[in-house]
Amino acid sequence: MPDELRGIGVSPGLAAGPVARMSPPPPLPEARTVTDPEQEAATATRALETTEARLRDRAAAATGEAHDILDAQSMIAGDPTLRDGVVARIKDGADAPHALRDTFDEHRRTLEGLGGYLAERAADLDDIAHRAIAVALGSPMPGVPDPGHAFVLVADDLAPADTATLDPDRVLALVTERGGPTSHTAILARSLGLPAVVGCTGALDLDDDTTVTVDGTTGRIRAGVDEKEAADVRDRAAEERARLAGGSGPGRTSDGHPVDLMVNIGSAADLAGVDLTDVAGVGLFRTEFLFLDRHDAPGLEEQVAAYTEAFGFFTSGTIVVRTLDAGADKPLQFLGLPEEPNPALGVRGLRVARDRPEILDTQLEAIALASEQTSADVWVMAPMVSTQPEADAFAARVRHHGLPTAGVMIEVPAAALRARRFLDVVDFLSIGTNDLSQYTLAADRQTGGLADLLDPWQPALLELIAGCAAAGKDAGKPVGICGEAAADPLLAPVLAGLGITKLSMSPRGLPAVRASLAEHTLADCERLAARALATGDAAEARAAVIAASS
Amino acid sequence: MSERTVKIASRTGLHARPAALFVKAAADQGVPVTIRAGDGKPVPAASMLAVLSLGAEQGTEVVLAAEGPGSEEALDALAELLARDLDAEESTDA
Repeated sequence: MPDELRGIGVSPGLAAGPVARMSPPPPLPEARTVTDPEQEAATATRALETTEARLRDRAAAATGEAHDILDAQSMIAGDPTLRDGVVARIKDGADAPHALRDTFDEHRRTLEGLGGYLAERAADLDDIAHRAIAVALGSPMPGVPDPGHAFVLVADDLAPADTATLDPDRVLALVTERGGPTSHTAILARSLGLPAVVGCTGALDLDDDTTVTVDGTTGRIRAGVDEKEAADVRDRAAEERARLAGGSGPGRTSDGHPVDLMVNIGSAADLAGVDLTDVAGVGLFRTEFLFLDRHDAPGLEEQVAAYTEAFGFFTSGTIVVRTLDAGADKPLQFLGLPEEPNPALGVRGLRVARDRPEILDTQLEAIALASEQTSADVWVMAPMVSTQPEADAFAARVRHHGLPTAGVMIEVPAAALRARRFLDVVDFLSIGTNDLSQYTLAADRQTGGLADLLDPWQPALLELIAGCAAAGKDAGKPVGICGEAAADPLLAPVLAGLGITKLSMSPRGLPAVRASLAEHTLADCERLAARALATGDAAEARAAVIAASS
Repeated sequence: MSERTVKIASRTGLHARPAALFVKAAADQGVPVTIRAGDGKPVPAASMLAVLSLGAEQGTEVVLAAEGPGSEEALDALAELLARDLDAEESTDA
């Protein structure tokens, strides 16, 4: 009898295959008395050399940013200062694993003390330390396993360094014990088109090579299934892929109610190779990339060039540009903002323009100049708007720069509650579900243990979305979704039923969402939306919609 | 003891790829080279962790030092590297 586990489905699709677990970091054994310090120092040095060599091999197999990260990690493992510190500790009586741990910790504290980018790299040091200690102890190497055949990757949670060299042809699905819908694992899985379940309690207790089935929509895992059931799931997965690939046309329900399908991008590079047929445009153009790692704000000409390049992909449709979304949560050097105790609630998004209005004005001017080069409609929206006067002032600035269509993102519950008034002054709303759920459920996006609260299926979140959509309908103005929730094919009919007119997502999400909408009439969608709203929490809402759809 | 004073030209400072390129180049020199930022303590230029810990940003002035045969050439090569914007250059080994 197979065991069933439940988690949160964050990337749709079915898969079946043997489990391969990502080894957890090796536990540090009790300190022991070293009788032969020279021998012990040789063990530690060898452990560092082996770690350096393996990281170098992984770097050689990777490209781009992943290559650079792994290359830097291998150089840290081979750092002579680090090695000298380890050897000195062994001479003072420590054993190799403790000498490694303590030396890495010392460097970690130094980097953390420097803050910013270097503090982020401090976590990389832990990863390198775990590897070196595993070699010294003869334990399995932590990191993505390589069993030599296709597998379902089971892990506690996945860090960017773990996934940098992940081979999507070998990995059938991702299952993690922790993490939420906006975790790195979830975002990565959607971008690779892999089924994924996160927040799955008990996943790490699955034994390697156990055959499991994974349903990335319902979050259900069945462990210990027989070959017949596994083959059945594989067949269904193949049919599903064929069905999705066959869909075409603009987004609409089976009875022809239109829901625009749009893409989220960070720069023109994200549009290369993307099939834009039947895509209504860009629903979210994040502009932060231009501003990262800079000492000064990018100049007008540089911005005009970058926006023009992205706009050039479209001769029709709509391109929604979001103005700079930075602040205490996403620090940018040139803003010179102080650290805040509670960055999610601090000076971020449009709030930055309180002190630095010139950054917004330059950006709007650049967008206006670039928009003259395209026949597509360029709309502009501001992030983190909380009050109507803020929306009003932003819309006035946008129009002052000659841009005709101004909107705001709905990320703050206060804004969602006042959507009707906002629409007196702006032309459209775009709901950022990631932040709106964090603020509505009072659950920090950085806290993995609260993933269930951050789930976009939470009825409280759906109710706020419903209020915004109803306000839009009455005003005759579009209300879209540009958060992660827009890419969930099971949620798409619910959102359409609530009255949402635009869904914007990473390009990979389009086929499944298009297919899902095409399977329901608008009346079906409205019925599913009512079912979801009538439930108590996200898990109930999802279960109610699955039950009503089948 | 010879020295070179140079301003970091790379946009991201002496972190990430620029740091990796610099540390590799320093390790390839025949002589030990130290680097310090401002009045800070000189640290080995061939140590990735030590170089990262300088926290050197674009425009930070650093002092390279070495002594013995070959030190002039080594310092010239490393100073020239730091004076370039390494972020703007294509990765050749990726």
